[in-house]
Amino acid sequence: MTSLSKPNKLAISATATPNLFERVGISTISLLDQFIEALVFIGETAVALTKSVMQPRRIRWRPILFNIRTAGFNALPIVGLLSFLLGIVVAYQGAGQLRQYGANIFVADLVGLSMLREFAPLMTAIIIAGRSGSAYAAQIGTMSVTEEIDAMRTLGISPQELLVLPKVIALVIVMPLLTVFADALGVFGGMLMAQQQLDVGFVEFLDRFVKAVSPTAFMIGVGKAPVFAVIIAMVGCFQGFRTKGGADSVGRQTTRSVVQSIFLVIVADALFSVAFSILDL
Amino acid sequence: MTAPAKTQVIDSVIEMRNVSTRFGEKIVHTDINLTVNRAEIFAIIGGSGSGKSTLLREMILLQKPSSGSIKVLGESLQDISEDDALALCKRWGVMFQNGGLFGALTVIENVGLPLREHTVLSEHAIDEIAVAKLALTGLKPEANQQYPSELSGGMMKRAALARAIALDPELLFLDEPTAGLDPVSAAGVDELVLHLRDQFGLTIVMITHDLDLLWQVADRVAVLADGKVQEVDSMLALSNSENPAVKMFFEGPRARFAQEQNAYKNNTQKSPAKPISI
Repeated sequence: MTSLSKPNKLAISATATPNLFERVGISTISLLDQFIEALVFIGETAVALTKSVMQPRRIRWRPILFNIRTAGFNALPIVGLLSFLLGIVVAYQGAGQLRQYGANIFVADLVGLSMLREFAPLMTAIIIAGRSGSAYAAQIGTMSVTEEIDAMRTLGISPQELLVLPKVIALVIVMPLLTVFADALGVFGGMLMAQQQLDVGFVEFLDRFVKAVSPTAFMIGVGKAPVFAVIIAMVGCFQGFRTKGGADSVGRQTTRSVVQSIFLVIVADALFSVAFSILDL
Repeated sequence: MTAPAKTQVIDSVIEMRNVSTRFGEKIVHTDINLTVNRAEIFAIIGGSGSGKSTLLREMILLQKPSSGSIKVLGESLQDISEDDALALCKRWGVMFQNGGLFGALTVIENVGLPLREHTVLSEHAIDEIAVAKLALTGLKPEANQQYPSELSGGMMKRAALARAIALDPELLFLDEPTAGLDPVSAAGVDELVLHLRDQFGLTIVMITHDLDLLWQVADRVAVLADGKVQEVDSMLALSNSENPAVKMFFEGPRARFAQEQNAYKNNTQKSPAKPISI
């Protein structure tokens, strides 16, 4: 009997396309569901983290080191190259304006402050979200499709402890370091452009750079990096765990993780800007 | 509640009382009552979507029923503490339909993983145990150093089974142990399951569609349909049932053939527990 009524139900829902209100309602509810799931996930990870801190023996060093290599060391070339290019672009765009006022030397202020405070951490975060956040979602998503996550749970191993924490910890360690690397190459790119376009030599540039850029500006940029790291790692893992069904779902969740983590990183960056302007930093 | 149950000799390894499951408006089970006894081979059958897998997932703490109580190895699963859950995980083994082997680890590392996690044995001892378990399941030693992606379906099932019994569990869950296997490998699984029970006194709970496996090894079979347990009995008794939901499984040429073959086998060889050769 039930097997007869099922196709009917399906047929109805397939023929009657939901109207605007219904569609708005459906997406609102699914968004709310996702929000609640995200809270649960954050809570579970926090519990796992607390346990690991209480019993440091439980921290998985091998996956942490592995993630430091894949997400950090292996990302050096791409982060370096893009920051270098960004430094060149910023200096080049500024050069025209500065030359008009004869304020050539201020290119050091422009490149230094913009790279250290904003561009380097943001650039690094976006690259890592595309490179590592997506990889996390794909890895965990594939593992849940192939029942590896279930197997892990039945073996008494917490997936949070084995899969999530090492990634979060590794990214929190690695992102500030990558940001410093991006700082250096970005400023170097700006310096080259300053010499080419504005006749500001390296020595002059660095002289002005030291005066213009306070340690606070540097620390602000580097300080944002761990926050971005947590966002990227958590979003990647969360979307991975939400994978249900087959292989196509893995792709969907991977895409979603990248879009969401870049979105949240930029929102966080905006909030930082607001906070810093209130704090007068 | 649980304290006396722990100390007394438990004859029922799994007890499900009035278990109901709902996903939103969809009702999967209503008032399921099941008891699995010690050292028996218990099979759950049912059509696709009858909620067999959900039932299994509820037994192994991967899912919570909407209502009702489940007791496994004397432990009540509702509101089980994390430490108790961990202790329970060490006492059972689960073999998933797709194996659930970790793709990043070799076969031998997969089998050794539960030992590495939950025991203080030396690396050498762990490897030795893993090799022994793999040999028990009949996997060729050459496959030990391979990754799961390099294995065939049958080899994967054997490796998964070896991992499930790595910690010498009292209770073994098998999800479709013969699905996707060639007939020879499937026959090997029949013998292996019997061997594990006879040799080690394991209680085995399995989900299967394989009629040969059901006839050869299952002591009792629960038929699941319309969200309820229709009947629980031996295959022979079930084959004479008048319940239409049960009858369904014994009709059709494939079912009849398996039944006849079983009858033939039982007549010709009154199985003197022949040595296992897989």
